[in-house]
Amino acid sequence: MAITVDPHRPIRPDHDLGLSVPKREVKPAPDRWRNQLGKYRVWRYEELCKKCGKCAEICPNGVHVRPEGYAGFVRPLESKCTAETCKKNGTYCVDNCPQKALRTEVLPLYKSLGDFRWTADLILSTWHMAETGELPEGELESEVGNSGGGFDKIRFKFPENGQRTNPDEISTAIPLNRREDGRPKITIDLPVYGGGMSFGSVSPVTILSKARAATAWNIFSCTGEGGYIDRLIPYKDHMITQVATGLFGVREETIRRARIVEFKYAQGAKPGLGGHLLGDKNTPAVAAMRGAVPGTSLFSPFPFHSVYSIEDHKKHVDWIRHVNPRALVSAKVSTPIDVDMVAVGSYFAGANIVHLDGSYGGTGAAPDIAKKNIAMPIEYAIPKVARFLVEEGIRDEVTLIVSGGIRTPWDMAKAIALGADGVVIGTPEMVALGCIRCGKCESGKGCARGIATTDAEMVKKMDIEWGTQRLINMLHAWRLQLVDILSRFGMSDVKELRGRTDLLRHLDYEEA
Amino acid sequence: MPAKYHIHPKPTPPKHKRIGKYAIIDWREDCSACHNCVKRECIYSVYNDERDRLQKTVQDYVDYLYECKGCLCCVQSCTKGLLTQQVNPEYLEMGDDVWTADIISSTWYQAETAKVPVSGAGYPGPFRGPGFDSILTDMSEIVRPTRDGIHGREYISTQVDIGRKPMKLEFNPDGSLKTDFPAQVEIPLPVLFNMMPWHAPSVNVSKAIVDTAKALGTLAITNEPKLMSSESVIPHIPEQAKDDPAITARMAQWSDCKDVVARIKAVKEKNPDLVAIVRLPLGSASIPRALELAKQGIDAFHVYADWQGVVGNNGKPQHISIAVREIHQAFVAAGCRDEITLIASGGISLAEHVIKTLLCGADLICADVPLMVALECRICKNCTKGILCPIGLADVDHDYAVQRMVNLMSAWHSQMLEMMGAMGIREARRLRGEVGRAMFFDDLERECFGPVFGQRKAVEA
Repeated sequence: MAITVDPHRPIRPDHDLGLSVPKREVKPAPDRWRNQLGKYRVWRYEELCKKCGKCAEICPNGVHVRPEGYAGFVRPLESKCTAETCKKNGTYCVDNCPQKALRTEVLPLYKSLGDFRWTADLILSTWHMAETGELPEGELESEVGNSGGGFDKIRFKFPENGQRTNPDEISTAIPLNRREDGRPKITIDLPVYGGGMSFGSVSPVTILSKARAATAWNIFSCTGEGGYIDRLIPYKDHMITQVATGLFGVREETIRRARIVEFKYAQGAKPGLGGHLLGDKNTPAVAAMRGAVPGTSLFSPFPFHSVYSIEDHKKHVDWIRHVNPRALVSAKVSTPIDVDMVAVGSYFAGANIVHLDGSYGGTGAAPDIAKKNIAMPIEYAIPKVARFLVEEGIRDEVTLIVSGGIRTPWDMAKAIALGADGVVIGTPEMVALGCIRCGKCESGKGCARGIATTDAEMVKKMDIEWGTQRLINMLHAWRLQLVDILSRFGMSDVKELRGRTDLLRHLDYEEA
Repeated sequence: MPAKYHIHPKPTPPKHKRIGKYAIIDWREDCSACHNCVKRECIYSVYNDERDRLQKTVQDYVDYLYECKGCLCCVQSCTKGLLTQQVNPEYLEMGDDVWTADIISSTWYQAETAKVPVSGAGYPGPFRGPGFDSILTDMSEIVRPTRDGIHGREYISTQVDIGRKPMKLEFNPDGSLKTDFPAQVEIPLPVLFNMMPWHAPSVNVSKAIVDTAKALGTLAITNEPKLMSSESVIPHIPEQAKDDPAITARMAQWSDCKDVVARIKAVKEKNPDLVAIVRLPLGSASIPRALELAKQGIDAFHVYADWQGVVGNNGKPQHISIAVREIHQAFVAAGCRDEITLIASGGISLAEHVIKTLLCGADLICADVPLMVALECRICKNCTKGILCPIGLADVDHDYAVQRMVNLMSAWHSQMLEMMGAMGIREARRLRGEVGRAMFFDDLERECFGPVFGQRKAVEA
């Protein structure tokens, strides 16, 4: 089934299709799975339980529910349980049950969930943010992972008894065009935007959820290298058109409609390697968008064979300028040893945004050997590049955006304090949509959880409204956290935090 | 241009039960046997086998311990919440700190499929680790182009040479070559096969290793007398050997001993095309000896760490990567690095370790334990204790063993191309000592974090 695209077909806005207009408001968006995961498992021995209701009375989280008109309880809502905290606060149902009919234990699954970088706590706390739009409280370690380096060892030095600023008066907006080059001064309301995930690697539902959330928050999302699907057109003011080495779906109209065009020179998921879409995920719709044959594996070359110098890169920038004089240009590069030279070169070639993608991040399928070994983590690249931009006297004309391993609002704030203007996120969005980081995005039909898949059946596992709301909620929580950090430092604008390395300490370094 | 190097892989499933990472636990007591059981929905069809077998006997549940990919769909969808997931305890028990369960599992995958292990969702591991994990490799973009080699558009050569290299060529007045060109062996992969570190494998396994070497065009070091006639063998001559056998091979390896130079000379008189390797332990103590032997005309050195990559170094343990850098730099300082060949072995368990060892200064490496793991060895080390091998490795099927090892090397070759391509290097020979294309975590900390955070705390040993 080939998709024929009629260029004159009017693109109807999504609300005509029965979808809501995305709004910047928090609404509960509970897990789309029947059994929500948490840290604990709660057992109720039905033989002992006398249905007295004491547990429901005492539980602060609503784990024990007896629906109205029923004598018995439904299965405990385990994911809400905070047993350790309850033990301290005297609200522990197990201690208070007159029949000793309750028991809790740490879920064995909790121990198998997550990894060094994304611990179970980080996954669960991201889910909490996506569900409620609030910051996780209680037992979850939501600030750092367990990787033993980088952001996980960096902490803020908050002033004791400092003057806090009023959270309502704090601005989190950043400008994206800091050059006086006559192009629009685009401002985004959060110092974060969504990374590129191509049509083909993720489902249209995922792409649209990202685009709609970006629209609600006045930030951006990115098409990735797989082309610009028509349904994104209503959100075109918040979409970045990516031009990657495969040049899939790069057409005059997709460049003309974009406010930002991003050149993907390299990506943190697989620095030095090209994109790779396995044949199984290359469905007829994907193939039509990419101008390829369905079912074949699509390898993007690496590098751009038209760019072997900064001058060649300038030629690229000029090409975009010619097609769309109003578009900002972003150069997405990875982090080799000379990343500082690459960044400065990109600026002099005319880029408005320099986007560094560090080696430990990425969402796409990549050889394990590349993910682990090639290029440096973003934590090293940020101070290195920021310092060089200052030395070259161009720091205030470049927007330095970083990505690759930004997991939490804390990572975002630390990256900004290390010297970035803002960040790009990918994995947190995936996790908010229900990813558990099993890493099997590439095999067969793709993601078992219906996020990174193009299979017609699997795509149905997720709903656009739900996905949009999860992302809007998560961004709301991220903003809350950022505002809290700024407030504790007595700042009123996120731009004040940039490059304030004096506010950071590293646990492996001697205290000054 | 020489013909492209090709390895011929073929999927070769394992012969023994695999040990997977995730286990789904099934509390069956409350199961209502509903018709829309989540087990039917598994996109990896993990439960299909169970369904078929359940019709015959109720008790016959399957081991999902390898096939489960941990997507949690069944766990989160079961009507009554009867399923949960755990990390397989047997998986956790495999290997040790250096040979982790993940490395063993990845090696099995490569030996089975010959594919490069691929996964999504970013790097899940620790920020940095000891040994090889404290080194990153570089990539190039815009100003330093990469090589697009893995998919065949540009050819990346992994060929290396073993033997002495003349520093200049001299010609006779009539234009003919005057320099006596020393013996050299070219192999298409910077990997030789080593003897096993724990004990001699059975003749069967040794023969499979030698035949794998033949299939790949490389060579295998062995001391198995029955295999000496093969052309893919590097005979190993131990220190206590009374007379050196008449060596017909292209290369031979001697353990270092007092009269090793004289012994090699004697053999070389009979067989002038022989490339002679002297085997030395790594560590600062061996460096003067190696330099002395190089002066006396030894062509190549096989420097080794223990099987976990640790060098004793007089009570100050060193990782092989550091020890190789030391000996490489000592040869550079002595001005004879280009003349000799340095072969390193010990603790090299992944393709990335090959590249990193070469970047640290070796010309090529010797693989040992990975070959055993390709044959489904679990590094339980029962064999060293005289206990029965759980997989009966000694009696392994010959064709299966060769194909598994060929597959592993094919996957290693592809991964080496990926790394070299990203670095923009298209010759394995140019990797040697190219630390400019490596990034050491300690340097990165100092250069990037030093100006920000100040003095780093002393690292505990």
